[in-house]
Amino acid sequence: MMRSKPDEDDYWNSSKFRAFTFDDDDDEFSTLKESKRAVNSIVVDDDDDDDEDDVEKVSWSGEPVGTFPDVPSRSFAPELRKPKAEYKVSKPVLLVNLVKGRAYSFETFRSLKDKMLLLDEAVHANDGNVITAVLIFLKKSLSKEILSRELTSREIALRHYIHYLKEMGEQKSLVELLKSLGRTEDMALLQYKEHLNIKDEVRKKEYLKACIGLPFSPEDASHVQDHYTLLERQIIIEANDKQAENKVEVFKKHPRKASILNMPIITTLYYSCFYHYGEPEGTFSSPANIRSTFKISEKQYFLTVLGARAKLKEWFDVDRLFTAKNWFGYTKKKSPIGFHRVVDILQKNNAPVQVLQEYVSLVEDTEQKISLAQKYKCHDIVIDTYKDLKDRQQLIIYQGKVERNSPEDRKIQDLLNNTQIRWKN
Amino acid sequence: MAHSSRKDAPDLPDFSLLKRIARDQLIYLLEQLPGKKDLFIEADLMSPLDRIANVTTLKEHEVDKLYKVDHKPIYSTSDQLCFLIRPRIQTVKWIADIVNADKAAGKLRSYKIIFSPQKFYACEAVLEEQGIYGDVSTDEWAFHLLPLDDDIISLELPEFFRDNFLGGDQRWVTTAGSALHLLHSVYGPFSKAYGIGRCAKMVYESWREQGKEGEKKTPQSEIGTVFLVDRDVDFVTPLCSQVVYEGLVDDIFRIKCGSVEFTPDVTSSEKSVKVMLNSQDKVFGEIRNEHFSNVFGLLSQKARNLQTAYDRRRGMDIKQMKTFVSEELKGLKQEHHLLSLHIGASESMMKRKTKQDFQELLKTEHSLLEGFEIRECISYIEEHINRQVSMIESLRLLCLLSLTENGLLPKDYRSLKAQYLQSYGTEHLLTFANLRQLGLLVEQQAGETLTVMESKVGKLVNDKTVGKLTDAFSSLAKKSNFRALSKRLALVPKTMEEYDLRTPRDMAYIFSGAYIPLSCKLIEQVLEREGWTGLEEVTRLLNGNEFVGSAGGGSETGRTTDSQRIILVMFLGGCSYSEISALRFLGKEKGYKFIVVTTAIINAARLLEAMLDNYG
Repeated sequence: MMRSKPDEDDYWNSSKFRAFTFDDDDDEFSTLKESKRAVNSIVVDDDDDDDEDDVEKVSWSGEPVGTFPDVPSRSFAPELRKPKAEYKVSKPVLLVNLVKGRAYSFETFRSLKDKMLLLDEAVHANDGNVITAVLIFLKKSLSKEILSRELTSREIALRHYIHYLKEMGEQKSLVELLKSLGRTEDMALLQYKEHLNIKDEVRKKEYLKACIGLPFSPEDASHVQDHYTLLERQIIIEANDKQAENKVEVFKKHPRKASILNMPIITTLYYSCFYHYGEPEGTFSSPANIRSTFKISEKQYFLTVLGARAKLKEWFDVDRLFTAKNWFGYTKKKSPIGFHRVVDILQKNNAPVQVLQEYVSLVEDTEQKISLAQKYKCHDIVIDTYKDLKDRQQLIIYQGKVERNSPEDRKIQDLLNNTQIRWKN
Repeated sequence: MAHSSRKDAPDLPDFSLLKRIARDQLIYLLEQLPGKKDLFIEADLMSPLDRIANVTTLKEHEVDKLYKVDHKPIYSTSDQLCFLIRPRIQTVKWIADIVNADKAAGKLRSYKIIFSPQKFYACEAVLEEQGIYGDVSTDEWAFHLLPLDDDIISLELPEFFRDNFLGGDQRWVTTAGSALHLLHSVYGPFSKAYGIGRCAKMVYESWREQGKEGEKKTPQSEIGTVFLVDRDVDFVTPLCSQVVYEGLVDDIFRIKCGSVEFTPDVTSSEKSVKVMLNSQDKVFGEIRNEHFSNVFGLLSQKARNLQTAYDRRRGMDIKQMKTFVSEELKGLKQEHHLLSLHIGASESMMKRKTKQDFQELLKTEHSLLEGFEIRECISYIEEHINRQVSMIESLRLLCLLSLTENGLLPKDYRSLKAQYLQSYGTEHLLTFANLRQLGLLVEQQAGETLTVMESKVGKLVNDKTVGKLTDAFSSLAKKSNFRALSKRLALVPKTMEEYDLRTPRDMAYIFSGAYIPLSCKLIEQVLEREGWTGLEEVTRLLNGNEFVGSAGGGSETGRTTDSQRIILVMFLGGCSYSEISALRFLGKEKGYKFIVVTTAIINAARLLEAMLDNYG
């Protein structure tokens, strides 16, 4: 449906347009009316006559319609001095007319006071399009310093302006604006964001290096520092590994699918656990070096190593991971994450049952242990656990689930025949 | 739903009219550029356009070739170029480059830009700046409303959310106001308007102003009440995992403009299949609002019925068979096809969800909603991050944690953020800044006694000062106050007692009985009370901005016509399919019919993707 307010149509098709759209104002309206009639024939009624009325309304001669008591009146341009209740058209349209209207009304807004009243009226009208229109005018007619000063106390207008500059891609103006407003953290983030547009990794690295000194929060500053260090390391690792691709066994056996550049820290750690496991801490590509450089938590480190070594089916490494921490000669396995998680990760990497059951047996919660053991067919664990629980009934049920005459079937049968066991049921 | 519902719910208005209005206007605009022309269409306008006009319609109006706007150089030989675009500066700049390249090459063509749904001054300023103002004619295609189904109308403006709530740009306020104005003039007059939210209030005012002219003749009103709600009134609901069929399909396959592409694992063939999901699909119609746990049962029941219907052929003679083939077979085959698709989809969704330990995920979500075992939840989320499981999922859980807990403890915030950046990339610094700005993921301020202080101070000083203070406080950190709201409105059932999902007792069924969506609960309460009276504490916790307005439909407050029970709910910033399901349920319970008008259909993934800066 066409807009039903010719005032706005008037704005959009104001005299400047007519050379290419409409011949003259009368034509404009008649064409509009036609289209409107065509479109509205399905819908509403006798709008047609309104158009003439509405044209009149533009001259602000109408009677009050409705009230919006929350709008304060302003002593400003004559049109604006009337309380809002007396406008026949909406505030945005009024402003639009002031902005783009027939007599280039912008020209009359010369004093700062008038400009700011205009802006405040625009904000008051809630129409973002109009607010931005006024801001574009102000951008052209005020110095950056003054505009920024005036926007400090006008949060809504300021947000529109920032959004406009962003959409226009006027990075430099935006940085200056945020700086002059004292919003240094926002400014730092905005500058940091630019790195996303840099394709070349060496240039990106240099850019990130320059970002380190920006006024981030202390916390973010250390993240940006990490980002730089990471990319720096990745560039070195990438160069070396490209050389190694056709020489070193692990690369030949598991060709790299993508370069390590621009990958997150954890992906880089995973990569190093995959291709550079066991390297001494002194090398940039070693897991130990990455771990200490980026202060990776024990749990995180553990999970990543586990995932990488399991992926390679290096079960010996996996095993060592759990026992390495034992200084006192214990052989008991320890893990910073629940063993049910360990099982889950191993299983997702297609670990064989022999490996799986070792970790299933370490799950503390008995119920969870049984359900995992059942799920992954670790029969010995299920059977032994039921035996320990003296749960004859469950054992019988489980016997029904295993293959006839299989070792587990016989094991269950032996237990059930064992008269030494004092079953609880 | 196997639930006793009021039978007297009124019929919905016919929204296909909106499509006709939009199509007729587009045709009119195309005719403004007589002769053969090439048409360039903004990528995200293609599906909406496809819903109202087909290529033949365009060809009939002398559109020669169709192109998608891709911001690359063009290869059109036509001497008339027409661009159908969203009012975006980047697109206008691209067009300006084309025009200027033509000028430089001495190529003469005419150009027309049709902005949909409206022009922005900033776009025209670009034309002026690029020196082509006057060389290009511009127009507006006021295609505000696309009916996606009998009861869903979308503005198809996903950017509304980011522009308005994150950017603080109110450019779409008038657009939403115009959309409402259109509905009001075609299906109104509405007699009551309720709303909550800053944007909702502005949209309401914009609509009322637009409606000032020509509000005299009132045709038979088809919609009685409108309810406007801002998305930021309730972020928790769209961030919860969807478990109702339609929502789940959206979460997993992504419904686009009412249509979904089912992948080969669903169709059990080599091809993907595009399917329209709406009430025309009878199978879908029966399961869309169901909790996923019921869907298999319903589908197999349908399969049995279908079998029985097919089986009837057996005892037929030739004549009966003939009738059967001509009258029933086609319908049965159609149903058969749909049934197998939805069964395939259910299976595929089941598989994917089992693989990602959905049960544990839901358990964590429910604990967060309940405020129970928060440490366990945090370590679950932490592990999720550590294992680099989906970047968006981790973000979703973090936001849910922050929203339900009124922010994270500083040490948790720092540690989780650091781990997140390590797992998914340091550039998410920008994501975190956005989420903080929006209040989705925040750090608790030292001494979380601000609210207490605020109200104490409030007693001592005058209103104006309180207002200023409140502003100062709220700019520190927008608080969600979820726990308090949940208590007030009884959103989370106290005990997780048995909840029969087959015969739901309240809207909580859409989240397995664990949580009644805040947005829908508010609507229910306001309709029941016919206003905000008695909800003062609730609105205070929601940062106010609630309103009741007469809606220009005259003074007949006591009218009991059917239209009074037709309620239009407008979500500013988007709504999820789960919310629509909840409203459908509420409607059945109370004898209402809800029409959902939304700036876009969202889900957790879309909402959070809009917060990513590297996505543009």
